[in-house]
Amino acid sequence: MGAAQLPTTEFEDAGIDEPGGSLEAAQAAETAAPEDDMVQLLGPDGTLRHDATFSPFLERLTPEKLRGFYRDMATIRRFDQEATALQRQGELALWVPLTGQEAAQIGSGRATQPQDYIFPTYREHGVALTRGVDLSQLLKLFRGISNGGWNPKDNNFHLYTLVLAVQTLHAVGYAMGIQRDLAADPETEPAAAVAYFGDGASSEGDVHESMVFAASYNAPVVFFCQNNHWAISVPFEVQSRVPLVNRAGGYGFPGIRVDGNDVLAVHAVSEWALEHARSGQGPVLIEAYTYRVGAHTTADDPTKYRPAAEEDKWRAKDPLIRLETYLRAQNLADDAFFASIKNDGDELAAYVRKTTLAMTVPDIRSSFANVYAQAHPLVAEELAWFENYEASFADQGAGTVAGSTTENGAA
Amino acid sequence: MSALNTFNLPDVGEGLTEAEIVSWKVKLGDIVAINDVLVEIETAKSIVELPSPYAGLVAQLLVEEGQTVDVGTAIIRIGAAAEAAGAIPMYGAPAADVERAPVGKPLVGSGPKADAVKRRPRRTATPSVPTAAQSVTSAAPSVTMAAPAVATGTDSLVTPSSVPSFGSGANGTRDGRVLAKPPVRKAAKDLGINLADVSPTGPRGEVTKKDLLSYQDQRTAERDDAGSFWQPIRASGLGTAADQRVSRIQVRGVRKATARAMVESAFSAPHVSIFVDVDASRTMEFVKRLKNSRDFEGIKVSPLLILAKAVIWAAARNPSVNATWTGDEIIVKHFMNLGIAAATPRGLLVPNIKDAQDLSLKELAVAINELASTARAGRTQPAQMAGGSLTITNIGALGIDTGTPIINPGEVAIVAFGTIKQKPWVLDGEVLPRWITTLGGSFDHRVVDGDLSARFMADVASILEEPALLLD
Repeated sequence: MGAAQLPTTEFEDAGIDEPGGSLEAAQAAETAAPEDDMVQLLGPDGTLRHDATFSPFLERLTPEKLRGFYRDMATIRRFDQEATALQRQGELALWVPLTGQEAAQIGSGRATQPQDYIFPTYREHGVALTRGVDLSQLLKLFRGISNGGWNPKDNNFHLYTLVLAVQTLHAVGYAMGIQRDLAADPETEPAAAVAYFGDGASSEGDVHESMVFAASYNAPVVFFCQNNHWAISVPFEVQSRVPLVNRAGGYGFPGIRVDGNDVLAVHAVSEWALEHARSGQGPVLIEAYTYRVGAHTTADDPTKYRPAAEEDKWRAKDPLIRLETYLRAQNLADDAFFASIKNDGDELAAYVRKTTLAMTVPDIRSSFANVYAQAHPLVAEELAWFENYEASFADQGAGTVAGSTTENGAA
Repeated sequence: MSALNTFNLPDVGEGLTEAEIVSWKVKLGDIVAINDVLVEIETAKSIVELPSPYAGLVAQLLVEEGQTVDVGTAIIRIGAAAEAAGAIPMYGAPAADVERAPVGKPLVGSGPKADAVKRRPRRTATPSVPTAAQSVTSAAPSVTMAAPAVATGTDSLVTPSSVPSFGSGANGTRDGRVLAKPPVRKAAKDLGINLADVSPTGPRGEVTKKDLLSYQDQRTAERDDAGSFWQPIRASGLGTAADQRVSRIQVRGVRKATARAMVESAFSAPHVSIFVDVDASRTMEFVKRLKNSRDFEGIKVSPLLILAKAVIWAAARNPSVNATWTGDEIIVKHFMNLGIAAATPRGLLVPNIKDAQDLSLKELAVAINELASTARAGRTQPAQMAGGSLTITNIGALGIDTGTPIINPGEVAIVAFGTIKQKPWVLDGEVLPRWITTLGGSFDHRVVDGDLSARFMADVASILEEPALLLD
């Protein structure tokens, strides 16, 4: 049963009396049944499982919301395919596919509230969707024409972080800020910060530091780790001898391992964790046990380091298929619903393609303009030097957008 | 008047400079939708399918299969939303397998080939420190730009002549993906060794430096041509004159393992060897018929196949020969992992056919061929050699009549298959030319007593004499 991972006393009492003891117990449980020792509400076969703690969360979900989960997951998968194709066509320098991790991202993203603040890695396309970010804006970074692409303040969805794991520190700092806002004005709406990271980032020192500070300050932060089993080519077993979720015990805050391919369980667990954080009870670590079905990035070839059989095993646990099975079995969705989603996906893909192709290279001068708010003699001098240097080339303004350019007219 | 859209080879990895066109998935005149797969390319990192950025009619394929071209080279022209547009869906499914196909391929990091240094041409008249080198580089691009125009010639499939330098690079990558790290590749290239010939032992099946070196040692040993064999070795300069009259071959790898296994077997298992001459004429006929039968078309059939079948058949009647001696018990196996000793570039290997008892004659033939070709190519994996239960050694392949084979450790019996040749044979009181072979067998006397080994060998012999008995 899932909650075994989480010392049962934690639900009654925010503090953990004997983290060491529970750690050992959790470890023993892990060796006994590593696969099952996680919260799961919707099994791979599309039928519901019971969980004493988290099943009640399902009652909050309307049929509309359930269909919405499916729509989100299918949409983001379609977007992912389009972006991958755009990379293969030379329109993006790189793409980071998320296929396989839809449930972990949509389930957790949909559990957040507008006042929460999200710190993503570079793979959180699904979370971006739940936060209402225009998906085509995600591609600016990967087209190499922007360091960001959207205004984080619009959706409380921070810019993608390419430096592994640093966003966990940012998230804790932000959460500590939330605490101070609350202290200054008790009327402030309670909020939480969410730090997304992966199993690879979990091996970085930054994650440790962020968890220490989160615990020290009892900061309202949810550490959401998508354990997708592969840090590029390094398997999870090499990175940790024990389940990642066990680490929470070491820092003294609750940890929950959840089936990351089960959108219902991820949503329930995330709601619990966010409420826990918002209500001042401190940080929570969620380990969403999932799998990166595709490559690490478009510049990676997983066939070089892992067997196809492993991928097949995980495809059988596909998050979309199991929710579709459930929706159909419960008569909550019909063929027309799924057809409309496919249509909408293609429309979105066409929109994303069109928007991306229309993106232009920003003038390099804007970089000089963004250094200081007001004119600055040193920047002006450097700009002049650059203009002079640029003028020394024979080919004026050679485009710097990734890869190919369209060349019309019969040659 | 439809405009043509040109698709230039993109950089599908991070910082790749070139790729080989492996195969076109479309042909001239095909109508493609956006994201339909156009072509398969192989980069320094891996094989990738490129989806079409345009919908329309395939008007020109600009690069031939097998050609390696630079990133940015125009590879295909597609007519913009062709006149027959009604039929063209703007959007194809990105590819058949939703999860698989569009997902990326190349491995992280830069490729094994150093990036070509390309400089933007400088204005010659610029005041900024002109050097000789700069004037050279400014001349170069105009040459490369002119080249494709020259090549634009006869038919629609134009080979840009601006890519002549890649002939050498295509060498190693063409015939399959041999895994090896760049320094090993470099060393192999320097030594003139084709990596595909080296048997890999790396944890992920890659050729290691050690593999390369032991291959090189073996090769040098073999290359010492007979003519100069008795000459003192001229090499080095180190060592004394006496040293030059012998050559020292490091015992490593398979040689070492073979030596250990043979000593272990020969000195721990009391061997008994017995021999029997067999008239294999009917086997030869049978093999001939199989070769001609349509069912076995394309499958290599040899007398070894019949012997293998005979051994499996005979082992079922005399189960103790298919066993392991552990000291306190005899483990009789109800399966036959039939080992076949093979001389390979790495040395003697005994890969086995798992559960050979379940295979039909045809399946067994295929299995033997696979096993042999894998072994000859030096690609036999450790798992294929583990868990053998009984072994055949085909010494006849070298023209030898018979010998006393040494049992493969962990087993209790081995059958040596001598050469089959025509000899005078007495049949019904007449001397006739018949196809005769000698079967030899060695048995671990701790497990297999004389009468059992004799019965087993007689059973095997009876099949070679009359393969029809297999039918019972």
